Amino acid sequence: MNVDSYRFLPRSFRPYYEGRGPFPGEEEPVWAPFPKRLSEARIGLLTSAGLYVKGSQPGFDVERERANPEWGDPGWRLIPAGVEPADIAVAHLHISDEDLLADPEIALPARLLDQLVEERVVGGATAEHMSVMGYQERSLAGWRDKTAGELAARLVEQRTDGLILAPA
Amino acid sequence: MPVLARWIERAGISTVVVTMMPSVAEERRAPRVVGVEFPFGHAFGRPGDRPMQRQVLQLALRVLAGASRFGTRVDLDVEWPVPLREAYRAWQPKEASPIVKVILETGRRPV
Repeated sequence: MNVDSYRFLPRSFRPYYEGRGPFPGEEEPVWAPFPKRLSEARIGLLTSAGLYVKGSQPGFDVERERANPEWGDPGWRLIPAGVEPADIAVAHLHISDEDLLADPEIALPARLLDQLVEERVVGGATAEHMSVMGYQERSLAGWRDKTAGELAARLVEQRTDGLILAPA
Repeated sequence: MPVLARWIERAGISTVVVTMMPSVAEERRAPRVVGVEFPFGHAFGRPGDRPMQRQVLQLALRVLAGASRFGTRVDLDVEWPVPLREAYRAWQPKEASPIVKVILETGRRPV
């Protein structure tokens, strides 16, 4: 069974995604072999649903996006693995936030991952997971020039063996 | 996000992208892909549905840890248990996003 990649996308938006090929300069394979048994590995999560922690973090800059629709906030937030779901907020203008607020695990399954750690399926989870806001300008300049390097450095610092990325 | 996965993979960290658009992730050359036929914003399934979320997360972990080569894609054979029309409406924001408004107003085509 193959997933229909366009099942939930409005038909008129399909040409924005289909058949566009690799991002310029990103044609070649890139591969980091998974280094150990899953039961000994530390796993992190990264969502692009625009999640942030209410009260202690600013949201992603949706006002600037409203003023400049071609732009999306390229920043990132660290989401503590043990954060209460009620403390999570969403700043993303392209998807409904209703289900995300009801259960943030649908984008960032931190509690479920902790459960798999308890069951010893997974060796460990990173103390903090990561969140970005997925709508970006087409060149991905902000992510390429700043965010990607910062995220990678943080992942190395956390001794992360594998990362699960979930686009919103 | 597939490109972000590549940049992180290049730093030596294995990645898997769990996505509702797996063919796009493949085109963008993500190293490992898990496809889910779920509405946007719901990569791991329905709110409160732990068995469904667990199925997705476990498949992602299997592909992350077990894929032997670049470009591995595995799709999850789970149907979204909500009628299409209802699910299609439910994932979209109440107000069209700024860029969608521009596209609708100008009829602009992709560049």
